[in-house]
This record gives sequence, structure tokens and C-alpha cells, in this order.
Amino acid sequence: MTKNKVRIQNAVTYGMVVLFWVVIQVMDKTGHLTSLFKGLLVPLCMYAILAVSLNLTVGILGELSLGHAGFMCLGAFSGAFLTNCLETAVPSVGLRFFMALILGAVVAGVFGLLIGIPVLRLKGDYLAIVTLAFGEIIKNLINVLYVGRDAAGFHFSMKDTTSLGMDKETGVVLIKGAQGITGTPRAATFTIGILLLLLTLFIVLNLIHSRTGRAIMSIRDNRIAAESIGINITKYKLMAFSISAALAGMAGVLYAHSLSTLQASSNNFGYNKSILILVFVVLGGLGNMRGSIIAAMLLTALPELLRGLNDYRMLIYAIVLIVMTVFNSSPKAIELRSVVMSRLRGGAKKEVA
Amino acid sequence: MGFLSYFISGVSLGAVYAIIALGYTMVYGIARMLNFAHGDIIMVGGFVIFTIVSTLGMPPLLGIIAAVAACTVLGVTTERVAYRPLREASSLAVLITAIGVSYLLQNIALLVFGSNPRQFTSVVTLPNLVLAGGALTISSTTIVTIISCIIIMIALTAFINKTKIGQAMLAVSEDRGAASLMGIDVNKTIAVTFAIGSALAAIAGALLCSAYPSLTPYTGSMPGIKAFTAAVFGGIGSIPGALIGGVILGVIENLSKAYISSQLSDAIVFAVLIIVLLVRPTGILGRKINEKV
Repeated sequence: MTKNKVRIQNAVTYGMVVLFWVVIQVMDKTGHLTSLFKGLLVPLCMYAILAVSLNLTVGILGELSLGHAGFMCLGAFSGAFLTNCLETAVPSVGLRFFMALILGAVVAGVFGLLIGIPVLRLKGDYLAIVTLAFGEIIKNLINVLYVGRDAAGFHFSMKDTTSLGMDKETGVVLIKGAQGITGTPRAATFTIGILLLLLTLFIVLNLIHSRTGRAIMSIRDNRIAAESIGINITKYKLMAFSISAALAGMAGVLYAHSLSTLQASSNNFGYNKSILILVFVVLGGLGNMRGSIIAAMLLTALPELLRGLNDYRMLIYAIVLIVMTVFNSSPKAIELRSVVMSRLRGGAKKEVA
Repeated sequence: MGFLSYFISGVSLGAVYAIIALGYTMVYGIARMLNFAHGDIIMVGGFVIFTIVSTLGMPPLLGIIAAVAACTVLGVTTERVAYRPLREASSLAVLITAIGVSYLLQNIALLVFGSNPRQFTSVVTLPNLVLAGGALTISSTTIVTIISCIIIMIALTAFINKTKIGQAMLAVSEDRGAASLMGIDVNKTIAVTFAIGSALAAIAGALLCSAYPSLTPYTGSMPGIKAFTAAVFGGIGSIPGALIGGVILGVIENLSKAYISSQLSDAIVFAVLIIVLLVRPTGILGRKINEKV
């Protein structure tokens, strides 16, 4: 692609996100938004960020990761922890939220780097199962983590709140094991979500279209050839993996600030969440960031919009998933589509003539 | 004696993992796909037995036969409908349809049976074995599980090595294109693999639910993931590997539940998996694949 084409493509992607924001704002002002949909706006942005960041690992780097929810979990907990810790020191919620976003991204990014060093030596399905394992380990460890603070400083425990051994007068429990973190201010708004999504897009799109991005893609396309022309495989793999993790951590902080109670339950951060994000990436198209955003938003909204159908909604969701994938990827379906398309085009030409 | 009893129940849990892992490992070896819906087939098997034994009051043996038949049909059908059209597509696409099938089975079960746990009556009605003057009790379910696992392993190994269709399965797993040139019906071979894997999942479902008698639509998913971990642990594609991986995993899980922390047992299992894979990147018995340039 020429530089101009890339610019146009990127502008369309940014434009789409901004347009979505404008449409929602207009609908909100004119009172066309149901409260159900309003509650869905922050998750929509969060899933879009997660899908774009995972697409960097799966689509651009070409490694299958099933531990994305683990990084999100790390970000969510470190971010919410910071926001609650600094409650008295920094009175402004906005500033604390901003600091939490940075901390969440840094923590998840550092863990991405640490996990990536051993893990990225593995390939394909082995890498997938190990990332899944890491995600589950992170979730399980946070579930038994107790952190409290009193006049003497911080106390940690892996057992329960009493074994923290805190001063009874001044002690405050910040992380309560399986009960998680409570009382985080709900500072996440739709506008902040959209801004973070734009930031994610900006980082990922610029990375892809840079020299670094081309190096990463060359590893995906042919590792041995890339190595033979002097590309440092480990460095670029780690770079892509930890950026992806950091962005997931940021999405986690956004998530933590949209809930009053944050728990590391299987529903929130289990491997099913990672798989869900992978579904967005694959259906949106590998390496296609715009597709990831659309797929994430549509598939997040779909079960909620089907809520009227109650028990049948997840059933319909499952069928849609199977049918869409078969229709998208089956060689026969692709052939059928191209025949239909060429007929349609042929028909249109005849009409013109 | 406490240690021995935890160890034996760990071996039994591992035997269940091994039976499930066989399904993963055979499908992976032959069709090169991760069948994420495999765990949910266990759950379907469990519900079929529950319906026949607890609701209709029929004997457990009939329940197991019905579950094996139902799961075999289910496995072959899902392969035909959801996986075969994607045979030539990317492996990620098949992974996604497998996830779709998994959601589908869970939600059908949710619609039919609801989300409340059902009490499963054990299919094993033999008395428990009491050793060392009452100091060590081994439940009959444990013994039956371990024996079934051994029988299944021997039978499956014999089937693959001695029968024509077994040899065809080996050939397809070696090289699908070459096998089809030699006149092997690849689609039929893969269908048979799914049939065997799903039948084993039904048996695993009966044994799992007898040992842990609470049945919900999500019963199969965590054992499914663990069994997949066991298959990777032992070297995916290898039948003895599934046995070794399953048993080691089950023992580690049970011992860490007993001596370290029940909340951390999953984390410990996964940590051991990571360490093993870092030392032996293709699992304990996995073949090393040399990369050609």
C-alpha cells in the first residue's frame, strides 16, 4: 500500500470511532438511548480496546494468545488499588483515574514482558495453552490476595483479613481476596472510553505502519527469513506482546472504574473472557483493526439487544457465531460468494448497457 | 495413610483427565484442531445418564450405553456440520466454530435442565474397599475409574495398531495428503476419530459425575480445559502421553488441594504445566518437529 492509501484507511478508522461517539451523543441528547444501552457504552469501548490490542498479538505478530483477560485483570486490580490508595492524598477523582490508567498499563506491560520472555519460545497451540495457563494463574493468585494498610504501612497476606495483622484503629483492607476491591469511584465515562480507544488505535496503527511494525509482520510471515536478514526476533516479539498486554491493562483499568465492586471471578477474567476477545479478533479479520472494533461492538451489543428473547439469546449468539465463521471462512462459501458477487456485477453492467 | 488416600484419589481424577485427554489428543493428532467443545460433550453424557437413571429410573448400565450412543452421534454430527466445511480454512476459524459449538451445547443444556446443580447418582453401585483394618478406605468409584482407564488405554492402543481403520488414522495423522493418495478416505477417518473421542467423553462424563456428583451445564468446561492441559503436558498427539499427563496432573491437583491450598490448586497445576513446557517445549512424550527451510 502506498503512504496515501494507508493514511486514508487510518482516517476512515478514526473517523468511524468519532462518528460513533457523535451519534451516541446526539441520541443521548434527544433521549433516544435506553438505560440498558447506556450501561453498555463503556463495555463497548473496553471490548473494542481489548480486541484491537489482542489483534496486535494474533493478527500482526501471528501468535495465538489465550491469556488476554489475565493482563486485563492485572491492569484492573493495580489501577483500582491505586485509586483507592490515594483517596486522601489526591482528592481529584479524574487525576487518580488518569494515574491509575498509567499504572495499570505499566503493570500489565511489565508482566507481559516477564511472561513473554520464557513463553514466546513456544509455538502455536503450545503457546496458546501456556498463555491460557498464565491467565488462570493470575486470576487465582489475585483471588487469594489480601492487602491492607494501617499507620505502619502495607500488609500482605495469602490467607485472610485477620492474618494481615493490622492495627485495629487505623487498618483499612484494600483488597479482600475473592471479594476483591470495593468502593472504586465509577469515573469511567463513554467519552473517556472513546478517547482511550482512539489512543489505542493511534498506538497500534502507527506501530503497524512503521519500520518496527513491518519487522513484526515479517516474523509472522516467515520467521526464518526474517531472522536471516538480521531482524532480532525476540526483541520484536516481546515488544508486540508487551504493548498488547499494556493496552489490555489499560482496558482493565477502564473496566475497574465502571464497577463499584471488582472481583477476579471466572466470569470477569477467566479464560472464557480471553476466548471471547479472540472471537472478536477472528471474526473482525486478523490484522484488521477496524474489523476488530466493529466485531467487538456488534457482538457485545448483540446478546444485550436480544435480551427480550431471554433464555434464547446466548443460544442465538452461539448459532450466529458458527454460521458466521462457516460463511466467512469455508472455501465453498467463499466460492459461492464470489460467484454471486460476479453475477450481481454482471447483472448491473447489463442494466447500464 | 492420609497421603496414600489423597494420592489414590488423585490417580483416579487423573484417570478421568486421561480419558478426556484421549479425545483431545486423537482429534488434534488427526484433524489438527483444538476441539473446544469436547468438554461440553462430557456434560451432555452426564445429563443423558442423569435423565435415564435418576428421572426414568432405569439401570445405570443402560444409562451409560445410551450416553455413549448419544455422544457418538453428537460428536460425528458436530464434526460434519461445524468442522468439516472448514477443513481447508485456517485453524483459527475451526477454533472459533468449536467455541460456538461449546456455547451452543451449554445453552441447550441450560434451556432443558436449568442452571441449578443436579444431584448425580453414582453409576458404580459396588461396596467401598476397606484396607489396613479401616485406616484406608478406597471408594469403589475410584477403583472402577482407574480400571476403566487402563482397559480403555489397552483397547485403544490395540485398535490403532491392529485394525485397518486404526492404521488409517495413523496414516492421516502423519500426512493427510499422502494418506488420501493411498486411497484412505480422510473424511471417514476423521469422523471415526470424533466418534471414538466422543464415546470416551461419555464414559469420562459418567465417571467424573460419579466422583463429583453435582451436574450443571458448565460441568464439562473446566475438566475439559484441564484434560487439554494434560494432553499438552504429555505431548499432544501421543496416547501414552495423555495417560501420563492426565495422571500427573490429577495427582498434583489433589495433593496441592490437600496440603497447600484448595483455591490455589489450579494455579499450581498450570504452573507445573508451564515449567514442563519450558523444559520440553512439545510435552513429555511429544515428538520434536524439525523445521525445514
